Amino acid sequence: MKPSRFRYFVAHDVDEAVTLLAEQGEEARVLAGGQSLMALMNMRLARPAALIDLNEIGELAYVREWDGGLAIGAMTRDASLERDMLAAERFPLLVEAARSVGHPAIRHRSTVGGSLAHADPAAELPAVMLALDAEFEIRGGAGSRTIAARDFFKGYFQTSLAHGEVLTEARVPRLRSRAGSAFLEFARREGDYALAGVAAVVALDEDGTIAEARLGLCSVGPTPVRPQAAEALLRGQRPGPGAWAAASAAVIAALDEPPSDIHGSAGYRRNLAGVMAERALALAAQRAERNR
Amino acid sequence: MQEEFVPIRVTVNGITHHMFLEARRSLLDVLREDLGLTGTNAGCEQGSCGSCTVLLDGKSIRSCLMFAVQANNHEVMTVEGLARNGKMHPLQEAFWEQQALQCGFCTPGFLMTAYELLRENPSPGEEEIRHALSGNICRCTGYHHIIEAVKAAASTMSQAAAVEPSDTVA
Repeated sequence: MKPSRFRYFVAHDVDEAVTLLAEQGEEARVLAGGQSLMALMNMRLARPAALIDLNEIGELAYVREWDGGLAIGAMTRDASLERDMLAAERFPLLVEAARSVGHPAIRHRSTVGGSLAHADPAAELPAVMLALDAEFEIRGGAGSRTIAARDFFKGYFQTSLAHGEVLTEARVPRLRSRAGSAFLEFARREGDYALAGVAAVVALDEDGTIAEARLGLCSVGPTPVRPQAAEALLRGQRPGPGAWAAASAAVIAALDEPPSDIHGSAGYRRNLAGVMAERALALAAQRAERNR
Repeated sequence: MQEEFVPIRVTVNGITHHMFLEARRSLLDVLREDLGLTGTNAGCEQGSCGSCTVLLDGKSIRSCLMFAVQANNHEVMTVEGLARNGKMHPLQEAFWEQQALQCGFCTPGFLMTAYELLRENPSPGEEEIRHALSGNICRCTGYHHIIEAVKAAASTMSQAAAVEPSDTVA
């Protein structure tokens, strides 16, 4: 129940973090909020030889305007995101999802970048970023690169981050006008990892039909899932129970490998994801109708 | 190896400590083993149970999910910091009066979480209390008495604040 030994370094800016990461070799990891990594280290499921602590990098904690959308620094705590006025105004989905992450005592430490880089398929923010068509800024020894959320998540706890790279920012492009969103999840205890969770974005055309619908699902596969068939069949439809039921069926059909464990079988989770998608879409459309 | 030990300065319940710590040790273990503050309990050590909850710069955190060296230049408050001059905090009084504990293992975590709640929201409704305490697990009480105790403490504290609007109940 105690972490194994490691060398500890505090990075004061991103350059220093990248340099330290390179110097400390393959077994070094960055430490963001630590709310997943430290639990894994306590159980010795992770045994990094060195930790590069990012918590003193103040320049990575921000939520700011970006081309009509939002740029979020990797070390932004979930507790900050859930209280951020700009995020609440532009992307209430992010705020709603941040509130669903663990409990307040977790969210005071957990970070946006940490959640994305850790890539737990049960986590909320990866699914939300996928639904929002976000892109991530990554820094490494060779410089910066940008990668789309859809290309970033590779499998259970697997991303396209190479050794020596640090995720520094998530950018969320502006939504269409008349868009609404919702995040819903079902967990056995409030704040626990969801058995299934759904982020939905619905944008309406002037005539009231669906211009675009997007879904991001968590806890139902090795990565967050974007069920494109369900999204495609909603385009041009009139919002309503018929449309949501059809999308729900498409979501269920799209999920072939939800995890199966003592808390819920694969079949149960698949069905639950369908039900949550139906509800999230209805709520998102309702909210879209309230936006001019 | 040199980088495995780190010098830190941390203030715990108002007292500043200078320590030289192995980096891998949790804040939880250092509070308990080095500072003798055994009120903070080690439960699951993976962030699920809430029994190790303390305040870091006034905000609740899991002390099992933070390395002690990360508390360098920060302020920590543990359950031992609640009582003043040998007198229990109104929350502690209320837990006693309402029989909000049986074995008591989870109690420090509940107290620190409830302390933060009442500071931010002096008269929470039942739903708000349940929501705030949802990250703390109690295996004895069934929670009802804990909820009642938080309500009672809120009422005592707001009455005290109305009589004397100074810091007597903080």
